[in-house]
Amino acid sequence: MQENPKAVALISGGLDSMLAAKIMQQQGVHVEGINFYTGFCVEGHTHAIRKKDKAKPKRNNALWVAEQLGIKLHIIDIIEEYKRVVINPQHGYGANLNPCLDCKIFMVGKAREWIAENGFDFIVTGEVIGQRPMSQRKDTMPVIARESGADDRLLRPLCARNLPPTLPEREGWVDRDRLYDFSGRSRKPQIAMAKELGIEDYAQPAGGCCFLTDQNYSRKLTDLWQARGERDYELDDIMLLKIGRHIRPRPNFKMIIAREEGESRFLQGYKKSFIHMLPVSHRGPLVLIDGDPGEQDLLLAARLTARYSQGRDAEQVEVSIVREKNREQVSVTPFPAHEIPKEWLV
Amino acid sequence: METLDARHLLCPLPVIRVQDRIKTMQPGETLEVACTDPGTRHDIPAWCRIHGHRVISCWDENTEIVFRLEVGA
Repeated sequence: MQENPKAVALISGGLDSMLAAKIMQQQGVHVEGINFYTGFCVEGHTHAIRKKDKAKPKRNNALWVAEQLGIKLHIIDIIEEYKRVVINPQHGYGANLNPCLDCKIFMVGKAREWIAENGFDFIVTGEVIGQRPMSQRKDTMPVIARESGADDRLLRPLCARNLPPTLPEREGWVDRDRLYDFSGRSRKPQIAMAKELGIEDYAQPAGGCCFLTDQNYSRKLTDLWQARGERDYELDDIMLLKIGRHIRPRPNFKMIIAREEGESRFLQGYKKSFIHMLPVSHRGPLVLIDGDPGEQDLLLAARLTARYSQGRDAEQVEVSIVREKNREQVSVTPFPAHEIPKEWLV
Repeated sequence: METLDARHLLCPLPVIRVQDRIKTMQPGETLEVACTDPGTRHDIPAWCRIHGHRVISCWDENTEIVFRLEVGA
């Protein structure tokens, strides 16, 4: 064993993983960070898109944490491989489409591959027993170690003393007595530790850092799968689920309606791939049509587009419909707001 | 000088693309990256700082943000 053991820490950008990495640094371990991009990460996206969020800071919290700790951060694109986790989780979903246990197993497994390729000794996470209902329980934490293949090279410094000694502890690479025994949902011990370490600024994402824990987002993804008759997705699909008002008036097509200027600007980037509509006689949103609409469907969509324009109370609204290179303009009566069935809203 | 098109990608994808390209380059070489996500103004310099690369310059071109980076040792 070399003088300075090397660990890779899973850095989410939140407080727990930051503390876990810091504890290792204090024990003289060389730490580098790893962060996985699944496509479902809340981090930054909607802030970058929506105009109303422009004033919010757009820092990437994982990068920020790495900079505070003075460690390198390796951001890994796992979008393609992650599909199997989302589509067919072996341990099932949480309250929504969040496959938290499979997700953690997958990420620790990727970290295990990373340490093997890069000559590191073990993996560190900020997990705490009982902190989360699915992936951080006393009975599921050993499952993560086992099924990821990390086994006893997985160290959780914040709760290690509640768990059997791992390889880094047994080999004396780290001192078990200087690890912690946190448990439960309370954040108080972590907040106290942060204060003690002089860490005053850290992200506290409400509802976690993954869109799959969000009920509205999960409903949209379920709708997408049902409409397409298969459980699959591309990156563009899951990005578009984060944006706009989604309305499915018929099973064969869905409308994605920009809610504000920032979303309209973002949807502009998708115009070439979708039939799209824009009110021309009045100001109004850009609308993408996803699916396979017929002529009557497009007229219905144009009426709904008119409803979300400033001409919603006008007798007629001119709406431009663009299909590939063909542009046509129709004059429609805006769909009355009170007649839009609730079940159309995805 | 190498170039990288990271337009229409949202963070952290532009950072990932920069990271993956720089892995293939030699110290002292330069990379020019075009982005559209305003978040890159923060994230690309932050990533460069922690990995020892240098942002030589950054400027706006219409709706694009362009970085010129120098690969560190």
